[in-house]
Amino acid sequence: MKLAVNTEIALTHISTRKRQTLVAAMGVTIGIALYIFSDSLIKGFAQYSRAEMFKTFPHIRVYKEDEISQPLFTEADTNTVVLISNPKITTLTKSIVNPYLLLDQLKQHSYITSAAPQVNVDLFYNNGRSQLKGLGAGVNILEADAMFNIQSTMLAGNLQALASNLNAIIIGKGVAEKLNLGLDDNLSITSAQGLQKVMKVVGIFSTGNKATDESKSYVNIAAAQQMLKVGPDYITELYASVDDPDRSPEYAQKLQAITSYKVEDWQTSNADTLASDRIRAVMNTSVAFAIMMVAAFGIYNILNMTITQKLNDIAILKATGFSGKDIVRIFVLEALIMGVLGTILGLVTGAVLINILSKVYVGPPIGYFPIYYRLDVFAVGAIFGMLTSLGAGYLPARKAAKVDPVEIFRK
Amino acid sequence: MNRKEVILSTQSLGKYFYEPIQFKVLDDISFEAYHGEFFTLRRTGGSGKSTLLYCLSTMDTIYEGELYIKGEKITGKKTDELAALRGHNIGFVFQFHYLLPEFSCLKNVMIPALKLGKYSHAEIENRAYEKLEMLGLRDQALKAASKLSGGQQQRVSIARALINDPSIIMGDEPTGNLDSKNSQIVFNIFKQLAEEFNQTVIAVTHDNDFAKNSHRTIELADGKILSQNSNTPDPNISS
Repeated sequence: MKLAVNTEIALTHISTRKRQTLVAAMGVTIGIALYIFSDSLIKGFAQYSRAEMFKTFPHIRVYKEDEISQPLFTEADTNTVVLISNPKITTLTKSIVNPYLLLDQLKQHSYITSAAPQVNVDLFYNNGRSQLKGLGAGVNILEADAMFNIQSTMLAGNLQALASNLNAIIIGKGVAEKLNLGLDDNLSITSAQGLQKVMKVVGIFSTGNKATDESKSYVNIAAAQQMLKVGPDYITELYASVDDPDRSPEYAQKLQAITSYKVEDWQTSNADTLASDRIRAVMNTSVAFAIMMVAAFGIYNILNMTITQKLNDIAILKATGFSGKDIVRIFVLEALIMGVLGTILGLVTGAVLINILSKVYVGPPIGYFPIYYRLDVFAVGAIFGMLTSLGAGYLPARKAAKVDPVEIFRK
Repeated sequence: MNRKEVILSTQSLGKYFYEPIQFKVLDDISFEAYHGEFFTLRRTGGSGKSTLLYCLSTMDTIYEGELYIKGEKITGKKTDELAALRGHNIGFVFQFHYLLPEFSCLKNVMIPALKLGKYSHAEIENRAYEKLEMLGLRDQALKAASKLSGGQQQRVSIARALINDPSIIMGDEPTGNLDSKNSQIVFNIFKQLAEEFNQTVIAVTHDNDFAKNSHRTIELADGKILSQNSNTPDPNISS
């Protein structure tokens, strides 16, 4: 009952000043819509760039870290003069010892969704006298595809052809263009170990990253081992995918306990990219916050004006038994109505903007603009809108509650 | 009618104004008001009577002395308690009607009762119609308050004052803005409330006829009670 009459008064005030209500609500609408739009834009882009990253970076990478020689004299002694102190990399081999056992151990963990070995080999692509420096990734192409979704980057040819032919190679678009290569052409490659081999181009890929496209190629593990002049147990890196990429550092730490090889999560390898993502997010939140403050000021202003015009009404309400709390409720409710209206319109406008931009075709390799509807962004926008309206309403409402009816009646 | 039952009393009420200079606007005001009494406060120079009424109304809480309503000490209560107490016990009629312009007459009358919440919505609506009927405004009930004439608006505000059946009705120059015909109507309503419904009416007025025809008049001068007179009701006016 008590609520009903306060609500009725608030609703009547709102409905008799539709225009001002709408103006105040529009402020909130613009704030919320811009927040949702820009945050979705940034989160969509971060999602896209992360997906791009996972095309080349595994969630977790296990490899042999270079060892540095230890000084011969560990303790400095006043009676001894150390003449030679010359730390050096002492890694004799980049290979992981007994890699397939370690691979099996990795696969036993429930959070590892897939794991695969890789042998990287530095090589030159030759075409007559011209040479192009590059990196060959010796992989089991089907496992690697499961991890990096190589198929999605393929412009021509297919992955199966690599799996079935030891002398096959899949090259980047840049390599193909520079060396004037097409599908089924032969390509001569030379490894740093001096071995030369003629390979058949069975596929061409494009990741969108020029440097990668101009250097990378995929070959079978056995072919890579051959180029390096090593045996079939020579594996330089193990790659693993996990169920939740965000928890990779935690998983990496657990895995580090079972092996002496270096276990590195993708966050550590890409700290620079992640830092710039965070900075963008902070910038965006600050801008959205500023916009919402302006919107809140709009509500504050209009409510303040309403209260100044309604001093007589407030006085008579207080005379006839309405307490200060009732007056606060009435005006806060009015602010909330403006806020709800503005927020709903803001959510809709935000969704429309996202919808429009998601239909914009940027061109390869991005395709359509990477912007998505994200529930968390909409939820934060809605809560943000409601809270600022509440705050913007409470301040003038409290002022209204303090109106002294006697002062009004005396005039 | 039990004339001698005290409903409201004051003990040495005093109040200062500080602007522009310190000035004692009420000084040692002690009186009692009884059930079913039509009681007027009249000025004979200087201000003070409205100030006294606002102190009695519980809206002004800054004064010396003590105020009792229905035997209960009011002085020193919290503002929210006082608001509830006003809702229950006091109806107000001002010189200006103070109707909420966006609402219909009926809603204006209903709002204090809806706030009090003693009756259901349907009952309150019925009672509001009754009060408007009593004041001859039933046919205007659904019109917006701002569309009525001054006299009609003042009567709506009286209906609003009556909706919770308060024991005390306070009027601050209730006929101050009205022509003689409407003043007469308002006067008769007040008299009827006191005599038929046993409610206490306390009205501030500068209108000699209005004061003379009430049951009792307190004359204030320079913040003090000058005289308390029981008036002989004029048989021509009393209804």
